[in-house]
Amino acid sequence: MKEKKEQDTRFEKFGVVSFTAITKVNDFIDYLEKGKLAGTRCKKCGKLYFPPRADCCECLSSEMEWFEVEGKGKLLSFTRLTYAPVGFEKVLPYTLGLLDFGQYKVFGWISKDIPEEELKVGMEMVPEVIRLEGDRLLYHFVKAS
Amino acid sequence: MGGRVAIIGVGQSAFVRAYPGSLRELAFEAFREAIEDAKISPKEIEASLICSAPEYDRQRSPAGVIAEYLGLIPQPTCYVETVCSSSTTGVIMAYAMIKSGLYRIVCVLGVQKMSELSSMEVQERMGRGADIQWESPFGTMMPAYYALYARAYMDKWGLTSEDLAQVRIKSSIYGQINDKAVFRKAVTMEDFLNPESKFAEPVASPLRVGDCCANADGSSCIILASEEVAKAVCEKPVWILGVGSAAEAVTMTGRPDLTEGLRVARIAAEKAYRMAGITPKDVDVAEVHDCFTIAEIMAYENLGFAKPGEGKELIRAKETYKEGSIPVNVDGGLLSKGHPIGATGGSQVRTIVLQLRGEAGPMQVRDPEIGLVHNIGGVGLYGNVIIMGR
Repeated sequence: MKEKKEQDTRFEKFGVVSFTAITKVNDFIDYLEKGKLAGTRCKKCGKLYFPPRADCCECLSSEMEWFEVEGKGKLLSFTRLTYAPVGFEKVLPYTLGLLDFGQYKVFGWISKDIPEEELKVGMEMVPEVIRLEGDRLLYHFVKAS
Repeated sequence: MGGRVAIIGVGQSAFVRAYPGSLRELAFEAFREAIEDAKISPKEIEASLICSAPEYDRQRSPAGVIAEYLGLIPQPTCYVETVCSSSTTGVIMAYAMIKSGLYRIVCVLGVQKMSELSSMEVQERMGRGADIQWESPFGTMMPAYYALYARAYMDKWGLTSEDLAQVRIKSSIYGQINDKAVFRKAVTMEDFLNPESKFAEPVASPLRVGDCCANADGSSCIILASEEVAKAVCEKPVWILGVGSAAEAVTMTGRPDLTEGLRVARIAAEKAYRMAGITPKDVDVAEVHDCFTIAEIMAYENLGFAKPGEGKELIRAKETYKEGSIPVNVDGGLLSKGHPIGATGGSQVRTIVLQLRGEAGPMQVRDPEIGLVHNIGGVGLYGNVIIMGR
């Protein structure tokens, strides 16, 4: 009998609910496992991508390397959800935000430890990888120290 | 290249919470009205475009089933999808099909029956209208994305929650006189200020229940024809003067400055104005995609009715009311009519056609010559602008 080829479904671990199992940028999950958030850089033209991509749409190269998201981002906007899509009811309420790092932006949760009143557009924040129920991986933003 | 392209017939079903019939039967309602309006036979239609968002349908490939039910076979048909802007995408494609000389009469049918799914299931599908790999795993949904635009915009330009409420209040004035609208009650500032009121309930801060349009079932139908056909069969053809479309990054990380509204709308409007050879000042009546109150304020600016940051002045001064300098959504907009995804753009086009013909009844603005439709798919993922004239 022909042996069934094993599939790399690491990406299934991403988020409260993952809608994607197989992607060429599955190493993103390994970075999360190490507590790091990573994007990709095109080796040919140098363009930075976050979220990471396997292919560069500027120069059509697929020669990419990983870079770690470092430093502080500026909060561009945020919203606190009191309604949620199916599968997310149990994590309500939660807050989504968008951080600007200059060359790229990062979308994610904002730490539940920060009351909404303390959030301000323009404040500096940093991403932090978190582990959810069932060993799932996600990241949120905390205040920059 | 051929001559001009006209709209010779328009139709719309009532937009309702739960249509008591099947998808094809719902489609038939708008179709019959448009055919009766155009005073042609279905047999004269040379091609049809069926516009909707497929994730609400149980029927696989609905275009064929609907075309059969409407009596539009064996003429060709196909499915057109850009979520909430599907039917204006259909109108623009039909324009090109006729302009090319390949067809003379094309039917654009928009339809959506959202009530087959629960509200939560609908929200789940709407979340998946965003980037399912990178953003949906955080629990995103449409109100949350527009809320991100609203927060950034309000922070920069001093727009207030009261201004947003004023958009909904205006919408309700016209929703009450539109017998095809799903929401026909008056809305007051008190509804937003009273914390006990449903309208004041937060959904995705700073947006409240009252800032969001409702899901609905509905259909719309637009029949387009070549200049030659239109002049022969139609007493009051409405001409398409300009069209424009654009697409945007799905991810919020790929978006330009959130405080500038939707780039797709700005680009689509620029293209449509250039093609029509007009400026924003020439527009007499407009339909904009007010899926959320903030969306209407951003539309004012992206369409050039107001400078960046000054959209709020239009609503504060009631300039976008029926009697104002640029009436917007005087049929109640999505906020009052409801938003049956695939049918919405066609409903907007219908409103402008009726306005330009002087047939808009209690919603009629005074003697408009040029009208504009702004229809957005997803959260500014797709944008269409269509300019029409008498």
